[in-house]
Amino acid sequence: MKSNPWTAARIWTLIGYAAASAALFAAPLYLSDFRLNLLAKFLAFAIVALGLDLIWGYTGILSLGHGVFFGLGGYAMAMYLKLEASGGRMPDFMEWSGLTALPAFWKPFESLGFAFAAGILIPGLLALFLGYVTFRNRIRGVYFTILTQALVIIATTLLIGQQAYTGGTNGVTGYSKIAGYSISNPDTKQMLYWITAAFLIVAFIVCRFLVASRFGKVLRAIRDGENRVRFIGYNPALYQMTAFAISGALAGLAGMLFILHVGIISPSMLGIVPSIEMVLWVAIGGRGTMIGAVLGAVLMNWGKSEISAQYPDAWLFVMGALFVVVVVFLPNGVAGLFSRLTSIKRRVTGHDQEAVRNPAV
Amino acid sequence: MKKKRSMVHYSVLLMLALCLGLTACGDKDEPASSQTSGGDSAASGDTIKVGILHSLSGTMSISEVSVKDSEMMAIDEINAKGGVLGKKLVPVVEDGASDWPTFAEKARKLLSEDKVATVFGGWTSASRKAMLPVFEELNGLLWYPVQYEGLEQSPNIFYTGATTNQQIVPAVSWLLENRGKKFYLLGSDYVFPRTANKIIKEQLKAEGGELVGEEYTPLGHTDYSTIITKIKEAKPDVVFNTLNGDSNVAFFKQLKDAGITSADLTTLSVSVAEEEIRGIGADVLAGHLAAWNYYQTTDTPANKTFVENYKKKYGDDRVTADPIEAGYDAVYLWAAAVEKAGSTDVDKVKEAAKGLEWDAPEGKVKIDGDTQHLYKTVRIGEVEPSGQFKELWNSGEPVKPDPYLKSFTWAASLSSGN
Repeated sequence: MKSNPWTAARIWTLIGYAAASAALFAAPLYLSDFRLNLLAKFLAFAIVALGLDLIWGYTGILSLGHGVFFGLGGYAMAMYLKLEASGGRMPDFMEWSGLTALPAFWKPFESLGFAFAAGILIPGLLALFLGYVTFRNRIRGVYFTILTQALVIIATTLLIGQQAYTGGTNGVTGYSKIAGYSISNPDTKQMLYWITAAFLIVAFIVCRFLVASRFGKVLRAIRDGENRVRFIGYNPALYQMTAFAISGALAGLAGMLFILHVGIISPSMLGIVPSIEMVLWVAIGGRGTMIGAVLGAVLMNWGKSEISAQYPDAWLFVMGALFVVVVVFLPNGVAGLFSRLTSIKRRVTGHDQEAVRNPAV
Repeated sequence: MKKKRSMVHYSVLLMLALCLGLTACGDKDEPASSQTSGGDSAASGDTIKVGILHSLSGTMSISEVSVKDSEMMAIDEINAKGGVLGKKLVPVVEDGASDWPTFAEKARKLLSEDKVATVFGGWTSASRKAMLPVFEELNGLLWYPVQYEGLEQSPNIFYTGATTNQQIVPAVSWLLENRGKKFYLLGSDYVFPRTANKIIKEQLKAEGGELVGEEYTPLGHTDYSTIITKIKEAKPDVVFNTLNGDSNVAFFKQLKDAGITSADLTTLSVSVAEEEIRGIGADVLAGHLAAWNYYQTTDTPANKTFVENYKKKYGDDRVTADPIEAGYDAVYLWAAAVEKAGSTDVDKVKEAAKGLEWDAPEGKVKIDGDTQHLYKTVRIGEVEPSGQFKELWNSGEPVKPDPYLKSFTWAASLSSGN
């Protein structure tokens, strides 16, 4: 029996996504420059959340080290921007730290194309390597999570210690141009916003596609019973590594977009706290649903920004209370709320309850 | 059972909706209030908005909250005297949350949403470096109140704390003359200590000192037994301490436990002020040295009222310290510049601020027009058992700021290209 792909629910979902995309692209019309800049930053975060959801929500691997992949992407772009701003001279912090010539590994970053490729490939390959040494040896669960935390500590210590090459705790800041366009120009900023929104939508579609494919089915099977998958004849490590590498690459992409809007990358962005925060976005938004991850990242950060502006002394308590409420009462996150609402509506209108449990929402 | 559960969920939903509603309402208030103060300029209407941007949460809050307090006090005092240009100052407080990108975001918000006339804020160099591009892009004005490593001069920042030639360089000269030639450098692993030590090493070479050791520990490091052993072996005359934050507590306690007192070994710290002494314990620190531009005990008429008012406002157990005073100065200096310019326009205020003098609690200060740093008096102090400083030496007159150390021939390699 062939199922009809154009059910009413599916059409409505598509319309919803189309409307959301349109709203995203039209944002410069109704948001001030400052808010647009904020939104752009949140959209970059949403890309990390997508990657994290792929690995955590769908494959069941909790990574508390995505700050590193995010940061590596950020540093790759920062190196390009810094060289562009220094106009052929050495970046200022190298001069203060006593370097006399530009280190060899900085040189290729004079090209935007190279920096962009590096910002995706380096985190992706690092994730692949980490996955190779862990998943192949069947290290998983909490042990894997601890390893990712160790990765965070190694990365931050390295970046802070090598001040001459990385800018130390201050990080890399003070950019002026990207591909010849002034980065502080409102038009450039709008363009960068659109680029970020476009990347998010592409990443979203790619992730949805992956999740719906055979590959995604195997990922979910690994999440629900790794040994069973192995007995059937699959090699779970291969799937886990691939998913982890894609997730790392997405985080790198997000890091690159992030610093275009924020103008600074520093080791603190790779730290333990941001890494955990990223996981929280997914948890709050609803893991195991792509739209949940995106909503979680955007809503959480929007909330943080608004609430901290309203209550500079007490905002952490407000955020904490919201967390507790969501975790205790909405275990499936904000996205879970939607399916709950639909379920209530269907109960009221007397529709079949089974359909509600459809995991493809 | 099922009904009960859904009741709980409905009530939670209601709560969430209320929360969202509250923040949304707050959001709507904002543009409304900025409209009353007049759209484009922060100065129209009968109030002037000023931004205060410090870490009120996170690791740096312990230091920065006190600076926020003194800046708020200065604003209150100015308002009590009738405000600036006859208008009341309205502070817009934001939390930088000890996170550098947050500092950049909040700076942008203060300048482009709240349209504040100026911002007082920052503590760590990293937070300043994060805010700097935002202020330059939007042509804002930032007053930065903490001593720092120099080598910076943004047209949109006024630096009211000391640069290196007003704290570190004279301290090293004084130590070489009075305490000995052999130096051991100990610092936290970040930009300020590393840059400061680079400068010190050049200076030691030029002025006949000797470097016997150099160590960095991560921020928040608490085990100094190995380093204390190394110090014992190296037998320095002076430990020049650029540790920051909690590490100071651990270092000085363990130094005392190892049986080393200030009689055996001179230590001079550049990040230990009255506030930190409260945390470390005066008994542990007694006899150790620090270099600053201001102490709570600094004997000027302005300081007497400053300390009195600060304690009256925030409690008798509070102390004042160098960055707290520098933050207070910043507000008054900005207010004076605005009065002189007759406007809050950034370019006019910058122009008016050139050469401006003020009798600060630390003594006379003057804004250097070229560098936008302050002329400040250097003071070396010794910790007394009471937890206050006794001044051992001061530079006599305010020292001209020289962030790139251009007037020191030995520093040529540091400031090359600038």
